[in-house]
Amino acid sequence: MLTYKVQPKGAVSPGMNTCQGCMIDVIFRNALDVLGPDTVLVIPPGCAAQFSGCGPEASVTVPGIQGNLENSAAIATGIARGFRHQGNEHTHVVVIAGDGGTVDIGLQSLSGAMERNENILYICYDNEAYMNTGVQGSSSTPLAASTTTTPAGKPVNSKDLIQIVMAHHVPYAATASVANIPDLRRKVEKARDIRGCRVLHVMSPCPTGWGYPPAKTVEVAREAINSGAWVLLEYEEGKIRLGKKPSDLGHVEKYFALQKRFRNADEEDMRRAGAHIAERYAWLEKMAAL
Amino acid sequence: MSVKLFDGNSAAVEAIRLARPGVIAAYPITPQSGIAERLADEVADGRIRAEYVRVESEHTAMSVAVGAQLTGVRVATATASVGLALMHEVCGVAAGCRVPIVMPVVNRSLASPWSLWCDHSDTMAERDTGWLQYYCATVQEVLDLTLCAYRIAEHGDVLTPAMVCLDGFFLSHSMQRVETPSDEEAWTFVGPYVRKNMYLDPEDVMFVNALCPTFEHTEMKYQQAVGFERAAEVTKDVFSEFERRFGRKLSTVECYRLEDADVAVVTIGSMSGAARYVADQLRAAGVRAGVLRICMFRPFPAEEVRQALKNVKVVGVVDRSSGLGAAQGPVCSEVKAACYGESPRIFSFIGGIAGRDISDISFRRIFGELQEVCEGRRDVCTRWFDASEDAMNIREVETPC
Repeated sequence: MLTYKVQPKGAVSPGMNTCQGCMIDVIFRNALDVLGPDTVLVIPPGCAAQFSGCGPEASVTVPGIQGNLENSAAIATGIARGFRHQGNEHTHVVVIAGDGGTVDIGLQSLSGAMERNENILYICYDNEAYMNTGVQGSSSTPLAASTTTTPAGKPVNSKDLIQIVMAHHVPYAATASVANIPDLRRKVEKARDIRGCRVLHVMSPCPTGWGYPPAKTVEVAREAINSGAWVLLEYEEGKIRLGKKPSDLGHVEKYFALQKRFRNADEEDMRRAGAHIAERYAWLEKMAAL
Repeated sequence: MSVKLFDGNSAAVEAIRLARPGVIAAYPITPQSGIAERLADEVADGRIRAEYVRVESEHTAMSVAVGAQLTGVRVATATASVGLALMHEVCGVAAGCRVPIVMPVVNRSLASPWSLWCDHSDTMAERDTGWLQYYCATVQEVLDLTLCAYRIAEHGDVLTPAMVCLDGFFLSHSMQRVETPSDEEAWTFVGPYVRKNMYLDPEDVMFVNALCPTFEHTEMKYQQAVGFERAAEVTKDVFSEFERRFGRKLSTVECYRLEDADVAVVTIGSMSGAARYVADQLRAAGVRAGVLRICMFRPFPAEEVRQALKNVKVVGVVDRSSGLGAAQGPVCSEVKAACYGESPRIFSFIGGIAGRDISDISFRRIFGELQEVCEGRRDVCTRWFDASEDAMNIREVETPC
C-alpha cells in the first residue's frame, strides 16, 4: 500500500533527482497526467529508473515494475495479458524506456510485442546515448557525436527507430519532442485511446551528455526539429503524416554548435550528417505522399 | 483418477492444464517443443482458458510470465538447455520478486559442443538462482511433482519459483503409464492462485523491483534463504497430503536398500531405475548395495542425505553434468558437504553427458569400483566413467593439454 510522505502535484513526486535541465520529468508528468491513475508502468534501468523510486520509496503514484534493461515490452505484455485474462481491459500498461533499452538491447522484445500487437503503450525517451551510466554511445547516437565510447565521434548514423516501428504495422506510432509539450500530450492522448501496440518516440536532449547549459534544453530540441535531425510525424492505420517541414532542413551547423558532443565534427561530418537528414526526410515525404 | 499414456512433455502439459493457468508464454526448443505445441492446442481447443503468448525468445517468455503473474494469475512456461540459459537473468527476477512460477525444464546439454540430448548442465547452472528444483525419475513424477510444485512454490511461507526437471528424451519423449487425477481431484489439491506479497494493481499501488539499497539488500536475500528453509518443510507436508489424496508416495530423497549397505550410488533423474536394477542384482549376488536418489535438489536435503549415507562405507555420486573446474560434480559437492564429519568415503562420477545412456553396465562398473575401494583394493575411481579411452584424440585436440 502506498502512503504519502509528500503529497505530489500530479503523479510524480517533487524533487526528482534527474539532472538539471533534463526533461524526462516533464515527459513522465505529462504522460501520467493524460493517462490517469488507471495505469501500470514498466521502467527499465536507466535515467527513468529514478521514477521507480529506491528501496521502499516510490516516486510515482501509479503501480509499476522495474524490469531488466531489455525486456520492458515483454514484461508489459505479461501485465496486459494478465489483466486481460482477469477481464481488465481498461488499465493502461505503459513502458517508459530510454533509447538504449529500446533500440539496442530491448529491440527484440519490442519487435515481438509489436508483431503480436500487444495492447501496450511504449514510450521511448531518446537522449541518444546511455546517459545514466555515463554517456556511452547507443545505436541512437547520431553521426559525429562524441560519447565516452565514441570519443572521436560516432562514425555511423543512428538506427531509425520510428521506421522500424512502422515496419511492424502497429496501429499507432508517433515521434514527439520535449520542445512541444502540447503536441506530446495530444499524441499520448491519441495513443491512450487506441487498442494494440502503440509506440511514441520522444526526443529528450540531455544537458549532461550533450554538453549544453541546462537552461537550453528546449532550444536544443527546437533546433533539432528545425534542422530535421528530429522529425515530428505520426503513423496511423498505415499512413504517415509529417509535421511542419523543417525550416532549415539538412543544415546542422547551428544545431551542432549548440552542443559540445559535436565539437570535433568537421565540415565533412556536417555535410554527411546534413545529407543523411535530407535524404531521410525526402524518403519520409515520399512515404507520406502514398 | 484414470490411467493415461503420456510422454514426459504431455504429462507436464496435463499438470499445467490441471492447474488452470491464466497466461501461457512459451518458446519452442528441442526437446521441450512438445510442451509449447500442446499448450497451444489446449488453449485453441478451449481446454485451458488462458492467454497464449507466442513469444520471440525464452527471455521474453520468462519476462511475460513474471509480468503476468504479478497481476494475480497463475502462469505457465517451459524451456530447456540454452533456452534456460537465456532466461537466466529473468529467472533471478522471478525469484527475487518472490513470483512463484512453476516451470518444467526438459534437461538438455548446454552448448558447446551443440547437443540436442540430455544432461543436467542447463539446470545445474541455475542451481543458485533462487529456484526450487525437483528432478523426476519417471513420467508419473513429472505429473505429480508439477502438481505439488504449485502448492509448494505458492505457499505463503515459501513464495519461491520452482523448476520441475525432466530428462530430455529419456522422460520427455518416453511414453509411460500415468495415473492421472480428474480435473476436480487435481483442482481441490492445487486450488486457485492467490497473489501474495508483491503485485501490480492500480487499486493498491506499489512499485515492484525498484533499486534496492545496500541497507536492505542483504535482508531481502535472507528472506529468500528463509523461503528455501521453509520450502524443505512445506515440500514434506505437500508430499504427505499428495500421498493421502492420490496414494502415490513422493520423497525429497529416495532411499533404496540403504539400511545395511556397504556401497551405494547417489543418483538424480531418470538414471535411477537402472541403478536400482543393478543394486538388486548385486544384492542377489551377496553384495550389500544401495541407492540414494535425490529428487529435491533445491533446497538441498542435506540432513536427510547425511542420515541416509552415514553408515555406508563407500559412496559414488553420479553427476549428469561435467562440473568443469570444480573439485567434483555439483551433486557430489552437495553430498560431500552434507556428509562432512561422517565416515563414508565419497567419490565423484561424471557421465551420461549429452544423452549418453547411463545403463546397467555403467552402474555395474561404478559399483564394482566402489566395492574395490571397500575391500581396500583401490583408492581412486574412474571419475569420467563412460568417457572413451581415446578421449584426447577426438577432433582437433592434437596435443594433450
